[in-house]
Amino acid sequence: MTAADGADQASALLAARGVTVSFPVGSQLAARLRHEERLLRAVDGVDLEVGRGEALALVGESGSGKSTLALALSGLRPADKGKVMLNGKTLPARRSNADRRRVQIVFQDPYSSLNPRMTVGGMLRELLRVHQVVPRNQVAEESKRLLTLVGLPAEAVSAYPRQFSGGQRQRVAIARALALRPDVLIADEPVSALDVSVQATILNLLDSLRSELGLSLLLISHNLAVVRHLCDRVAVMYLGRIVEVAPTEELFGTPRHPYTRGLLAAIPRLVHDASSAGAPAIAGDPPSPLRIPAGCRFRTRCPMAQQRCAEEDPVLAGAAQAPGHLAACHFAFASAPPAASGLARTADQS
Amino acid sequence: MTAAEGPVPAGPGPAGPAAAGPGPAGPVLDVRDLHVRIASRMGTVRAVDGVSFDVAAGEALGLVGESGSGKSMTLRAVLGVLPAEARVTAGEILLDGVNLVTRTQSELNRIRGPKLAMIFQEPMSALNPVMRVGRQIAEGPQVHLGFSRARAAERALELMRRVGIPDPERRFRAYPHEFSGGMRQRVMIAIALSCDPEIILCDEPTTALDVTIQDQILRLLARLCRESGVSLVFVTHDLPVVAQICQRVAVMYGGQLVERGAVGDVLLDPRHPYTRGLVRSAPDFDYVRDSLVPIPGAPPSLITPPPGCRFHPRCEFAEEDCRVSETPLRMLPGGRATACLHWERCLEAAAADRAQA
Amino acid sequence: MSVIPLIPEPGAPGAYEVTTVRAEPRRARRWYTQPALLSGIVIIAIILVLATGAPLFSSYNPNAQNLNATLLGPSAHHLLGTDQLGRDTWTRLLYGLREDLRIAFIAVLFPFALGTVLGSLAGYFGSWADTVIMRLVDVVVAFPFYVLVIALVFVLGPGERSIYIAITLVGWVSYARIIRGEILVAKRQDYVLAAQSGGLGSVRIMGRHLMPNVITQAIIYSMSDIVQDMLAIVTLGYFGLGVPPPTADLGSMINDGQNFLSTHWQLTTIPGLAVVVVGLGLSLIGDGLADLLRPGQA
Repeated sequence: MTAADGADQASALLAARGVTVSFPVGSQLAARLRHEERLLRAVDGVDLEVGRGEALALVGESGSGKSTLALALSGLRPADKGKVMLNGKTLPARRSNADRRRVQIVFQDPYSSLNPRMTVGGMLRELLRVHQVVPRNQVAEESKRLLTLVGLPAEAVSAYPRQFSGGQRQRVAIARALALRPDVLIADEPVSALDVSVQATILNLLDSLRSELGLSLLLISHNLAVVRHLCDRVAVMYLGRIVEVAPTEELFGTPRHPYTRGLLAAIPRLVHDASSAGAPAIAGDPPSPLRIPAGCRFRTRCPMAQQRCAEEDPVLAGAAQAPGHLAACHFAFASAPPAASGLARTADQS
Repeated sequence: MTAAEGPVPAGPGPAGPAAAGPGPAGPVLDVRDLHVRIASRMGTVRAVDGVSFDVAAGEALGLVGESGSGKSMTLRAVLGVLPAEARVTAGEILLDGVNLVTRTQSELNRIRGPKLAMIFQEPMSALNPVMRVGRQIAEGPQVHLGFSRARAAERALELMRRVGIPDPERRFRAYPHEFSGGMRQRVMIAIALSCDPEIILCDEPTTALDVTIQDQILRLLARLCRESGVSLVFVTHDLPVVAQICQRVAVMYGGQLVERGAVGDVLLDPRHPYTRGLVRSAPDFDYVRDSLVPIPGAPPSLITPPPGCRFHPRCEFAEEDCRVSETPLRMLPGGRATACLHWERCLEAAAADRAQA
Repeated sequence: MSVIPLIPEPGAPGAYEVTTVRAEPRRARRWYTQPALLSGIVIIAIILVLATGAPLFSSYNPNAQNLNATLLGPSAHHLLGTDQLGRDTWTRLLYGLREDLRIAFIAVLFPFALGTVLGSLAGYFGSWADTVIMRLVDVVVAFPFYVLVIALVFVLGPGERSIYIAITLVGWVSYARIIRGEILVAKRQDYVLAAQSGGLGSVRIMGRHLMPNVITQAIIYSMSDIVQDMLAIVTLGYFGLGVPPPTADLGSMINDGQNFLSTHWQLTTIPGLAVVVVGLGLSLIGDGLADLLRPGQA
């Protein structure tokens, strides 16, 4: 089942190749007058692999395209360009049920991801029956098993979502995602809407499910502490592109892309050193996705932007000295990165 | 006077003079035994139940808690913008010695702009979408300080520069929706600063922002506090954020204060099991533990709270007396206070946590 | 139903969150505490009892003419007097109410069904389905409701069947708009994405997942729609386009009685008042339902 291209794909379970997802925006005429693109490229040519049994984090801020990429990978929003592959096989835009089952998704907002008019049991039973996951007479049994798996009492089967707290609802959402026995679970900011002390229960749950069931996990988060705790590898996105991918500790220990470095410096810490006073890690606002800068898209905020960065768009590439570590910066693996150039403008962007 | 140097370089051990609390001039804000009750169909909600804290001039106090802890209600009570069903039923809120609880609405209006300001979590709903930004910033000085339109506009421009809004002359005439989230938050900060207040109340101002923008805003707030000596009350649920910007912190649970002290101390040497639970359950970027330890149980009902210590049903150190006796905040040496009867055991456990990490 | 406590094994997933599920709040007790809803229900209940039990409340045949007893005033024998053909007014009132209410309640179902289906298709699928259906709505809406209904009935010929057809062809648009609006909002909810991710088909999602969440607004609207239909039926009857005589019908009673307005005002006014009371009752129910269903939604 190896794919035709790339030896590293041998173990990749879910892969994206050159995926682009765009949204048409506004009136074409007005856009042309303003020299803007008619398309908002939420995801702009992304290559990504999720290996079997691994936990990959997709990190980025708002506008990075991470949620849109998740939708594309789960088949909810077909990619406009590029392809999504499962076990080396390219998936068509309209997936078959068998393929759909393999990739399931848990959403961020526990209050809108459950149908208020259906009982928990109803939701689970419907999925189990439509996909014939188990024989009809075992459906009720299986529903209860799923709930127990996520730590909810079996009686919850007849309850409506409004009777649950936020954390419990997320468990229901996870149970629902697991009902179809997926190979890959995509979790889009699964704990952002929850209280701090409840987040831990969901994170622990995801961790234990991963080891118990051998699931692959694609975790989308803006919280790097959560990522460091849970994931094996991290991919950083900025304005629709992946700018760096590396194993977790390698990324946090030796970040090679200036955006990653800035992101890490921006995280508030419990313990401070002198660097916490002074200039912010990354100044300015991200550019509008409708006017992505030519060349390297990060150059407008990059402390070491050079002339070359405006002319050449860096490719996500690695280097021999750091296996498994890819970065999209001309100076990512340079032994002596250029000094601060001041070429970045912290000008108004909107 | 407390050191307005920004975040205290923290570490285990006693905090320096920066954490001592109000200086000789007396606190800017002194909340004493505040009680806020909310009438609801299911009973009276004891949203804030005996909360006391003070803020010195130039100091940033963090108010930390999860949803339902009463932290937002406390802020709203101070500002006097409680929802209709909520009322302050006991306690005092002293702003420069003047009790705000007994003031009428018109008196409060006169105090609110010049002395007391607030910034909110969602700038899009806190800013008037149909009013130009410059005018919103200039409004305060015009109304409260009697500035002429021209002078107020000047001030607005100056404030916009101070908060780091680029190209202020052009942005003055823009509407809120033309700004990004981070920029809108800066506008809110400018509005808050417009009448030179003594204290700014911040209700989760960075929760809705991206990490890099949050970083910018937090540093901006810290710098403004240092430069102008304005005090802050910073409400959040995010412990590292509090650590970055505040000198002292008060932890709220179930409508009550459970711990208070210098931020480095409280977060690294918690003397209340809830604080310890918060610290242990939140993934910390710098200390990757083997597993996160969530706090067992669920937040207490504020209508029929548990007897005695409100945290006892979820507490691993709970004993008979926790269920029976009231647990007011008790002072400890070094400017600390805790509501826990068995805080020494908690402290030991926290030290053991750190040894493991 | 009580709260179910559960103390899981330490170390089991979820061991640290008390996994009790809140008991279902007692929603049922609320409906009769709403004054609007309650009075509306009482009014309509009384009317329905009178109308359906018409033979019980009157001994006369509504169509029986008695030319010896024309235009009598109210008396012990004839509660509301008689009309110009000696027919008992009270009896005709009851039977007329029965007839018109029956037609109105049935008439509201077809536009409801048609409008809901078309509105769902327009809202859920968007693109050309939405465009076509909404342009159709625009065309129908350009005409005043009653004018169009009357014109259609006139063209189709008077009678019950024409009334149903006319009202359906004109009345579906309001439902379509309402449902389309609700679906446009509801389909953005994550649970719809979740259903799609689970490979559930569009028909199933629309019917099983979306419909229960959006139908309440249509139901609330249908209460006022019945009133509108009732008025349309009475108007048609007034113009002689409703049920053919001699069947008792409020509209034709009003028409017949108007010649005697100065002397026997009750012949026209009583049927009119009956229509007003029915309308009042139904509107109260509609308001009450609106209040009840909206905050109650999860």
